[in-house]
Amino acid sequence: MTPELHDLAELASAVRRDIVRMIGVARSGHLASSLSIVDILVWLYWEVLSLRPEEPAWEDRDRFVLGKGHGCPALYSVLANRNFFPREELWSYRRLGAMLQGFPEVRRTPGVDAPGGSLGQGLGLANGISLALRGKSSSSRIFCLVGDGELQEGIFWESAMTSAHYGLENVTLIIDRDMRQMEGSTETIMSIEPLRDKLSAFGWNVRECDGHDFDSLRQAFAALGKSGGKPGCIVALTRLGKGISFLENDPSGGRMVLGRDFMEKALRELEKGGD
Amino acid sequence: MAAGERSTRDAFGQALLELADIDEELVVVDGDVGSSTRVSRFAGRFPDRFFSVGMAEQDMILTAAGLALCGLNVYVSSFASFLVGRGYEQIRSAVAIPSLPVKIVGSHCGVTVGEDGASHQMLEDLALMRVFPNMTVLVPADYASALSLVKKSSEMASPVYIRLGRAPSPDIYGDGDDGFVPGGGRVLREGADVTVCCCGIMVFEALRAADILARQNISAEVIDCYSVSPLPAQQILESVHRTGCCVAAEEHFARGGLGEAVASLVSGAYPVPVKQVAVFDRFGQSGSPAELQEYYGLTASQIVSAAVQVWTMRRR
Repeated sequence: MTPELHDLAELASAVRRDIVRMIGVARSGHLASSLSIVDILVWLYWEVLSLRPEEPAWEDRDRFVLGKGHGCPALYSVLANRNFFPREELWSYRRLGAMLQGFPEVRRTPGVDAPGGSLGQGLGLANGISLALRGKSSSSRIFCLVGDGELQEGIFWESAMTSAHYGLENVTLIIDRDMRQMEGSTETIMSIEPLRDKLSAFGWNVRECDGHDFDSLRQAFAALGKSGGKPGCIVALTRLGKGISFLENDPSGGRMVLGRDFMEKALRELEKGGD
Repeated sequence: MAAGERSTRDAFGQALLELADIDEELVVVDGDVGSSTRVSRFAGRFPDRFFSVGMAEQDMILTAAGLALCGLNVYVSSFASFLVGRGYEQIRSAVAIPSLPVKIVGSHCGVTVGEDGASHQMLEDLALMRVFPNMTVLVPADYASALSLVKKSSEMASPVYIRLGRAPSPDIYGDGDDGFVPGGGRVLREGADVTVCCCGIMVFEALRAADILARQNISAEVIDCYSVSPLPAQQILESVHRTGCCVAAEEHFARGGLGEAVASLVSGAYPVPVKQVAVFDRFGQSGSPAELQEYYGLTASQIVSAAVQVWTMRRR
């Protein structure tokens, strides 16, 4: 299925509404960092990944690893909207016994390919998956979405070496570069720049794009597709809290209290169909 | 190799070769210590199924977990100090919580590592691995039991930790003995007066202790608790019902290992005195394996002494 760009934007808006409702109902969850990855996930799940929702464990599917597990409300909504499980599950997110846990769990949730929750670990898992698929001569690809703050974890760079050393060209790393982490800006707390130079020096093909612009995402993915023998990385420039103006401009980085008023205000803004 | 000159790590290397011939999905992840962990022969024969990620234990675990997510039968091995020490959090979040069937093999455990000293003598691996709800923890005492247990682990669909030693260990079991199962134990000597639960190198010491105790008319029942988690609970309880007292011996910190597991089991089901023979409140150090075993009290004579003490306190 290849929706037009404006359909993708509508999908993204619907996913954002789901996220606000999920986190609002659960009264818990990471709203702003879920919103920043919505467009990337919509792009992946409707334009890139080869999947069979009716057969989630289909061996030849493309894999998706969510390194920044706290963004899982976005993933859950996308999976529900692609019919991996009923939408009703969204409303028990983070509840006792729920299919949708606070961080992704492979054994509970159809469509979740890798565990998440501990930052910095997504790429290592993606590498293992890639090596296994290579051994099986599979043509499946692996996409791993990580936050920018988690690049401060040392394990990430161990894994970044491994991807390049083994020439894992079926691995695509997407960095959600919103410039923020828990306590402030990444560059103030522990700078990760120059990101492009660092990853290039580690043996990666690196592209940058606007992580909220489907045309820009399309170009970046297309450009990576041409590179051989190296793992590919897309640094997607994003905005924390994207889609909700008063979150985007919140100096606390979206850690304001999720009251009923807040939810209603956020939903009203999304209903108006900003972008 | 002649009997008695073989270590449990030698058995691991051999088991991998035998398993790999029948299981095409078996793969090995190494961290640049393949010669020491005895996986290098596997690497030579099956280069496509061998992955070294260099000196990067955290990445070893994640790579192994990723391979397991695709259904492969993964063995990941390195020195236990670094594999389960540095890789602990990766084991927790990427193996234990998702309950992936990764087989984690820690070699160079205990003071019998010898001259390398404290940094390399892992004495808390059982504690770290035993706490996980779904981790099977196996401690073979000799070559034959290690060979058998590594093969058994291959059939398991949940995480497994296997503890190996560096030094050759005396043979306890005959070659080809395959009577080892996760959750099992082996009564090596039947006795009526004191139960000795032991694992690893302390099994040999316990058998020697039983000989010494027999000369003092104390008959010791020796149980090789090679499955530290889950414990062979029925065997242990059935034994302490008869003997009324227990010694637990292991080459591990007294905290968190077999001894505490046995004490916890016994205290909740049939309380009898339990005395530990283990390493108390101190790290290892350099020395020869034999010197260190003596220095840290991991000997038959310490088991004898503990057995006499619990026997005087026994439940009648």
